[in-house]
Amino acid sequence: MLFPEGLKYQKTDEWVKVEDGIATIGVSDYAQDSLSDVVYVEFAVDPNDDVKAGDNLATIESVKAAAEVLFPVSGTVLEVNQAVSDAPESINKSPYEAGWLVKVKLSNPAELDNLMDAQAYQAYCQER
Amino acid sequence: MFTPHSDADVAVMLKSIGVENVGELFKEIPARFRYPDLNLPPALTEMEAADDLDSIAASNGTTHDMLSFLGAGAYDHYIPAAVDMILRRGEFYTAYTPYQPEISQGTLQAIFEYQSLISNLTGMDVTNASHYDGATAAAEAAILSWHHFKGKRKKVLLSRAVNPQYRQVIRTYLQATEGLRIEGDDQETGLDADLKRLIAQIDNNTALVVVQYPDFFGRIIDYKPLIEAAHAEGALVAVAVNPTALGLLTPPGDLGADIVVGEGQPLGIPLSYGGPYLGLFSVKEPLLRKLSGRLVGETTDVEGKLAYVLTLTAREQHIRREKASSNICSNQGLMTLASAVYLTLLGKQGFRQVANLCYQKAHYAAHVLASLPGFDQVFSETPFFHEFVLRPSQPLDEVLSHLREHDILGGYDLGQDYPELQGCLLMAVTEKMRKTDIDFTREVLMEVENA
Amino acid sequence: MPEPTIYELSSPGRKGVLFPASDVPEVALPDQFLRTELPLPEMAEVDTVRHFTRLSQMNYAIDLGFYPLGSCTMKYNPKINETTARLPGFAYTHPFQPIDTVQGNLYLMYTLQEWLKEISGFAGVTLMPAAGAQGELTGMLIIYKYHQDRGDFKRKRILIPDSAHGTNPASSAMIGMEIVPLPSDARGNVDLSALKELCDENLAGLMLTNPNTLGLFDEHVEEVIQMVHAAGGLVYGDGANLNALLGIVRPGDLGFDVMHFNLHKTFSTPHGGGGPGSGPVAVRQELLEYLPDPVVSMIDSGSEDCPPLYGFTHPSRSIGRVKAFYGHFGMLVRAYTYILMHGKDGLRDIAEKAVLNANYMMNRLKSTYTLPYDRSCMHEFVLEGYWKDLPDVHALDIAKRLMDYKFHPPTNYFPLIVHEALMIEPTETESRETLDAFCDALINIAREAREQPELLHDAPHNTPVRRCDELKAAKDLVLCCYPLEELQKPT
Repeated sequence: MLFPEGLKYQKTDEWVKVEDGIATIGVSDYAQDSLSDVVYVEFAVDPNDDVKAGDNLATIESVKAAAEVLFPVSGTVLEVNQAVSDAPESINKSPYEAGWLVKVKLSNPAELDNLMDAQAYQAYCQER
Repeated sequence: MFTPHSDADVAVMLKSIGVENVGELFKEIPARFRYPDLNLPPALTEMEAADDLDSIAASNGTTHDMLSFLGAGAYDHYIPAAVDMILRRGEFYTAYTPYQPEISQGTLQAIFEYQSLISNLTGMDVTNASHYDGATAAAEAAILSWHHFKGKRKKVLLSRAVNPQYRQVIRTYLQATEGLRIEGDDQETGLDADLKRLIAQIDNNTALVVVQYPDFFGRIIDYKPLIEAAHAEGALVAVAVNPTALGLLTPPGDLGADIVVGEGQPLGIPLSYGGPYLGLFSVKEPLLRKLSGRLVGETTDVEGKLAYVLTLTAREQHIRREKASSNICSNQGLMTLASAVYLTLLGKQGFRQVANLCYQKAHYAAHVLASLPGFDQVFSETPFFHEFVLRPSQPLDEVLSHLREHDILGGYDLGQDYPELQGCLLMAVTEKMRKTDIDFTREVLMEVENA
Repeated sequence: MPEPTIYELSSPGRKGVLFPASDVPEVALPDQFLRTELPLPEMAEVDTVRHFTRLSQMNYAIDLGFYPLGSCTMKYNPKINETTARLPGFAYTHPFQPIDTVQGNLYLMYTLQEWLKEISGFAGVTLMPAAGAQGELTGMLIIYKYHQDRGDFKRKRILIPDSAHGTNPASSAMIGMEIVPLPSDARGNVDLSALKELCDENLAGLMLTNPNTLGLFDEHVEEVIQMVHAAGGLVYGDGANLNALLGIVRPGDLGFDVMHFNLHKTFSTPHGGGGPGSGPVAVRQELLEYLPDPVVSMIDSGSEDCPPLYGFTHPSRSIGRVKAFYGHFGMLVRAYTYILMHGKDGLRDIAEKAVLNANYMMNRLKSTYTLPYDRSCMHEFVLEGYWKDLPDVHALDIAKRLMDYKFHPPTNYFPLIVHEALMIEPTETESRETLDAFCDALINIAREAREQPELLHDAPHNTPVRRCDELKAAKDLVLCCYPLEELQKPT
């Protein structure tokens, strides 16, 4: 199972990668493994929406489960990865790259301090 | 009774479990409430029970021994003998929900065919495996529209000409949805066939407009202007249908409906004092993911063989739990089979015949009854399918009473739901009614006039 | 060979059931409203009957074999019920007939209401809800309205045990309640300390299934209910597992405020491949006014010469109508017939034999499969369908392999709190031979899991179709068959 360095994670299995004040968000390898084959992604937001940490980002459906994806950070939505709607399996195959979900312009970078780093998240997953 | 255990069985089983008697298995039940003495009549054998039920049933008057013009949401159609023969097969009616597709292909394929038949009949893209009835299907349509707009659109408009029970059920289901208003079916908006006053209320806060086709009074209304107006404001439209009418009329899908709901009882399901019936629910493709209820889809098995399974189950309550948009857990199972068998038995020709016969006989009845002095047809300028409204100049209860003396059930008293139609009668005519029955009714009504 | 669909079997010009020519003068149809095509199949009657008969032969059913599905109560469906429900005096009654023409129907419904009240220990019953889930919605709406009418608008929280059926939270969510899960303790009871913390002025109520989906009777049920009442909440009883309690104890006596029945479980009405069910709801005295409108009542108690008159009344604070007409009358006739044939002794016998059968099976299996809760069970029990030293064998594989032994698998992966759960409910109508055969099969499969696991992974082998590709079904959606072009020509 993959826990890439340099990303931040939250207990509800989302990851955040920050570059120049812009956060890319997706779900972790652990999440896609629990869900198994993703068949559908429904985004709860559009570009230009203002969002707060904890707001609903998307719902991911697999054959046997449905999971809510939550924003780990607050800001303004810049881009939504429509490609993932056409090819939901990219969340399984490439959860940290092609399977990204949204890009957000951060309004409060301090929130990143509330998130876990790769080691902490890995330890958390091992206990589950 | 149906427990097979002999005393020897019980003894062996108790020994195997390691208890002295069955009572020990209930020791966790609070002692003071254990073994209540139920006040129930003594058990009857099958023969005695059959006798009891026979007398209860025989005490009723039915649409078989009385001439009935009752409709208003449930219709007396002829059900071919083969429908019940299929329903009585133990493999169908004692089967469970098809969660294990390998041993449920009969049920699954029958539902798939049902979905296809209703989609084709209504001109819609997808049909689910059914809701409880037309009224609850209409309520689920309202819920769908609320979730579709994520609660940002807070108005659902109902045409006053939608079945009153449907409108009541919609209100019951949505009574706890904060902020949602259900409007449009007030007396002031009224019953005009051009729907202008209803259309005027459609705005960008409207999630859904619900209309009925044919409407509660049997009228065939052109919904294209309303649907265009709704879509121009971004609102959804749900059309509640009588499926028999779709044997003749343009399907609502072709008119632009986003959702079609309806009561499937006319499709091979007996009147049975109001249930079980069949809730039709179909949508256009963009709403597919919002569809509640079960769905059967096609797939293959590990050997590449064609198979059917329940699909998109991640929408449903057993997975979504509190995030599900609907709690619906079952479908009407055997009723979907009944309608699939009925539609297949009748086929294109038979179903068209039934629709046409309903239309023709209803028009004959409306013509001969309304032409009686003292009787008027209300809404006579609007085309109708197999129901129409008659207004006698005499008090309606006297008219109905007189008809009863001749074993005729005159129809539905509209005054109970529509103050503006006090004293008016809703009459339905199906393919079962004979010209002689209608002529006889006319003669009886002439007596009322002369009395 | 798969069975073709009705559209593939259709052939233009084939006639099925036809109707007579019209006997009335013809009037023109309204041109502007007519459809041009009617895409229905065209098949001869014999082919239609053969098609559906062949489909039926691909099904498993209670009439063919054992269905140990937990909390479904797949008991034998008495055939007499099918006769009584179809009596013309019932089948041909229209719901809007004047009440004096349907006193038989109203008597039956009223009497069934009274019997259900008596069996469960409540003051009033509605027969309107169409299914258990709708019964839940009805019951939760009653709780909601009860608090609203008292001005208790803060009460939005519903507690639901983690072992509960998915319809419980779904029903509560439909009416905007905040759902808080309640953990179970090590013995499978509601965790009392967790409950205590959640009992405050925000509590609307608790939804409790007792016995729960682990098949266990809550050892503190009275205390649980008292705690909720003390905090001002109401307790809803999910009656799915009532089969264990018939004639043994009444939920109303234990303190429940409202509950639903599943007539298609406890009272033998058939499952029909997924429905129709029937979910009457019972309430205690203070909630009578909230029942759905209308309720069947005795309008006039009659006299020596005159039978009682039955009709409809309208509860003063009703939550409203939950479906059209009065309920699934056809299923009510079946339940009435069933209770009539059992009486109080027969009902108690049902519960005793159901619980006996379950405990017998549990004892035969507990040394082969892990039993997560080592307590005497009620009418069902849960096993873990896996072994730590065989990580590749799952409950799913065991379930699929059972089909090769000609059994329907038990419920799997529910309740959620047991890992790889297999939930088994035999019901009271199974003989010891059947129970032994099933236990033998499960024990055999446990051995196969160790020695020949591929038999499980590839199972089932002998069924009309084998394991199905559910991923493909969800991704390449085919939800409808379309008629051939032939059928789409204008009629």
